[in-house]
Parts: sequence; structure tokens; C-alpha cells
Amino acid sequence: MGITAGRAVDWMNRFASEVSEHRQELVRLDTAIGDGDHGTNMERGMRKALDRLGQAQPEDPGAVLKSVAMTLVSSVGGAAGPLYGTLFLQMGSSLAGHQEVELPELSAAWRKGLEGVQARGKAQPGDKTMVDALTPAVQALEEASELEPGLQAAARAAHDGMLATTPLVARKGRASYLGERSKDHQDPGATSTYYLFKSAAETLAG
Amino acid sequence: MKKLINAPDAVLSDALRGVQAAHGDRLRVSFDPAYVVRSDAPVQGKVGIISGGGSGHEPMHGGFVGPGMLDGACPGEVFTSPTPDQMIEATKAVDGGAGVLHVVKNYTGDVMNFDMAAELGRGENIEVETVLTNDDVAVEDSLYTAGRRGVGVTVLIEKICGGAAEDGRSLQEVAELGRRANANGRSMGMALTPCITPASGEPSFELGDDEVEIGIGIHGEPGRFREQLGPASQVAERLMAPILDDLPFSSGDRVLAFVNGMGGTPLLELYVMYAEVARVAGERGIQLERNLIGNYITSLEMQGCSITLLKLDDELLRYWDAPVNTPALRWGA
Repeated sequence: MGITAGRAVDWMNRFASEVSEHRQELVRLDTAIGDGDHGTNMERGMRKALDRLGQAQPEDPGAVLKSVAMTLVSSVGGAAGPLYGTLFLQMGSSLAGHQEVELPELSAAWRKGLEGVQARGKAQPGDKTMVDALTPAVQALEEASELEPGLQAAARAAHDGMLATTPLVARKGRASYLGERSKDHQDPGATSTYYLFKSAAETLAG
Repeated sequence: MKKLINAPDAVLSDALRGVQAAHGDRLRVSFDPAYVVRSDAPVQGKVGIISGGGSGHEPMHGGFVGPGMLDGACPGEVFTSPTPDQMIEATKAVDGGAGVLHVVKNYTGDVMNFDMAAELGRGENIEVETVLTNDDVAVEDSLYTAGRRGVGVTVLIEKICGGAAEDGRSLQEVAELGRRANANGRSMGMALTPCITPASGEPSFELGDDEVEIGIGIHGEPGRFREQLGPASQVAERLMAPILDDLPFSSGDRVLAFVNGMGGTPLLELYVMYAEVARVAGERGIQLERNLIGNYITSLEMQGCSITLLKLDDELLRYWDAPVNTPALRWGA
């Protein structure tokens, strides 16, 4: 069975829970090399996104992601609002019209989402941003032949990508102002992106 | 953490209620989406000017809304960029048919959100121009950073562009003036203490009792390096040297000197710093023709200061001197 609107909502619920559970961790990581608001902002945005999903009851997975995108853009602010907003908006647009989504559509949607994030934020892999978790995860999904193992491989790749940001010198965002001092810190954006893939692996398959 | 708040997540709306209670006669406050515009907006035929950014930098930007300066301001959550829906509603509210200028400080979030707002504005047939401020010499300007941050010069640009817009100049002219002021302005800041956002409740960085952080931004982000605290004369030299060398400012230049407090520094100490700034400038043959001293672009309760130098020409000087009537800046009106 493919991914339905209900399952996409489950995914967003799980992601919101992960963000809430790890709010302090995200705040701590962001305080070290940014401005300390990432966990708080994402929690606030996802809470509002779930409220709106409950009212709007979108009919397909693409509409679910578009609704979340619009809420994040209008409620998160900072860099995370436009970046996660663009990610979900591009994914939602890519999935438009599909009542049920299978692996190829999902992979294509993630690729569109990644491209959108890079167009908005101008980050390349290695710049110590969410792109460092997104890029290997999207590749892992594209290389998979089945949904469930594909999502698990993507979550593992996002996890590795997140950990690999630690020794990097930031080249984008506020962390880049620190130059060499941004080394030895895990990137908060890559961390929340890992939770997005972890949530997907736990909800979208099976 | 001790703060005069009701609840961390109510700080922005509670402060906006205070702005409405205090300045409701001259400002119009919208709570959802959050923005402040001058009460006579839109002024027909005049270029509208809005800015915006995270809260915690007061009086910037809301305190600069009024005749001769900004038409509107969009406050985000503390140290968090506002969102495109706030910006587009404020843009529409101040559009008097001559287009709208967005004054944007160069921070990743502000730039991305204002980009989205400008796209939306053009979709509504409002002509939008953007002036990006990036005057902070503490940040290396290269492909390997997000570029220099917009700090003190932003206040000066809002004043100068506001004067030009009031004078009936076109959107292109006002934007060009803003870009020229940005190109001729340089800043650098330092902190004696970190600041504490209401949401995190923790200091933004750790600093020893005898240490100072040099090259800070305005969001509690740490600076480029830290060192032992010396006398004010030494701190002023630490900040002035990179500013003077960067433009570079040279003998005979006419300059506006802006000594800005980060929120928790007494005016007494800012005047001590200004004396040192004037001394260093004098040693280089630089004339300080105008000055601004006080807490104008702050970082919550942080103690410290920033210095901004703006090289003036006749036009910049004329619009700096033009009347302004806002809650935080007022002369000639």
C-alpha cells in the first residue's frame, strides 16, 4: 500500500513530537553556533501546522505537505521558516494529484524539495547546513528499490550526514560568522532534518 | 533569569500592546500578522519604507516608524526574522503608489523571508526595491560566509532614506541613496556580557569576569575572538582600527560617528567611548561632523557597544539633518 494523506499526517505528527522531545537539544546546538532559537521556532511552527492540518483535513499527501509548508512560512521566521517551508512546498507540489504515493514519487518529491532548499538558501553540501543531512538521505532513497528499506536507509544516511557536520567549518547562516570556531559543533538544521527522516521511516512504511 | 515579562511566548504581543497604548495616536499596530505602520499610512505619492527583523533590538525598528523615517516595521520573535506574510501586509499598508523600499539587514533568515515577501509584492503589482545592509567589518566578507552582517548603519540608512522619501524622491533614487550610505558605512561591536533570550533563559555565550568579546553581532552570537578587558581607550582602538582601515576612511573625510549601546550599557560609558572615538578620529584627521550616541540597535540586556562610521557627502548629510518624528528619534519636528 502506498502513502496516503492519513499516513502523511502521521508523519507530520511524529516529526512534531520529535522536535518537541528534542527541543532542548536543538536549542543547545543552535546556541553554540547560531542564535539558540531553532528548537523553539520549529516546535511553535509544527504545533501550528498540526492545528491547521486538523482543521483543513487535506485529501492527499501533497496537500498535507503544502498545508504544513504554508504554516511554517508564516509562523516560524528565521531561516528555518523559509527553508522548511520551501522543502515541504516543493515536495507537496511534486506530489500534487497523487492520492497514494509510492517510492518513485516520494524520491522525486524529496529531490524537488532538496533543490528548493538549495535555491532558497544557496547552500552546497559541506557548508554545514541541513543540506548535509538532506543530500545523502535523498540519494539513499533514490537508490532504494522498496519503500520501507529505502526510508530506513535514508534515515541512516541523514543520521550520518548530521554527524558529519561536526568537524565542518560553517559557510552559510549565522554559524558562518564564527569561522573556525564553528568547528566541533553539530549543525542544528542538519539535526532537525535527521528527525524528519527518522519520523518518515517510522510512519510512512508498513 | 530575571525578566520583566508575563510569559516567554507572550513577549512580542505584550510589547506590541505597550506600543499601541503609548503611541496609538501616531502608530497603527496590527497583531496578526504583527506589524506597525505610521497612522497616516499610506502617504499618497510618497515612497513607502519598511524594515523588519527579530525583536530584542529595540528601539530598532518599530521605534523608528514615523514621518521622516520608516513607514512601517515588522517585528519577528526575539532574534528571529519576521515572516513574509507580515512583510507583505506591511508593504501593502504603506504603498502610496510610488513603490515600497525594504531595508533588510544581511542575515540569512531576514534575507530569505524578505525575498519571499518581495516576490509576493511584485505579484500584487507593488514595485519593491531592497537595500541590503552589510556594514559589520567583524565578519570576513567572502564566499565562505553568509557575508557581512547588517548592524549600525541600518539606523542611519533608515533615517536618510526616510528623509529622501519625505522629500518626494523616487523609489530608485531612495534605494540608490540607501545603497550609497551602506557602501560608505562600517561598524564593529563588542560585548562585556552576553544576553539572555526569554525563550532559552540561558546566556548566549560564556564570558569570564575580566574578558570581552570583540566582533559580536546583535543576536547574542559570539564574536570573532575574546581578550582581557582593557581601558575604554584600548577598546575604542580595537574597534576603530578595522573600521577605519576597511573603507578606508582618510584624512579630510567628513564622518557621522554613531556610538551605540547594546542595551545594558549606561549612557555615561557611551560618552566615555565617544571621547575615545573622537580622539582616534582626530589623530587620523577625520572630522566628526555629526554624531548619534545612545541605545538604538540593541541586543536585549547585553552590555557593550558598537561603533559605526558613515562617510558623508552633501546629500547624505542633508537627509540626515532633515526633520524626523518617531518614538525613538526626533528632531526638527
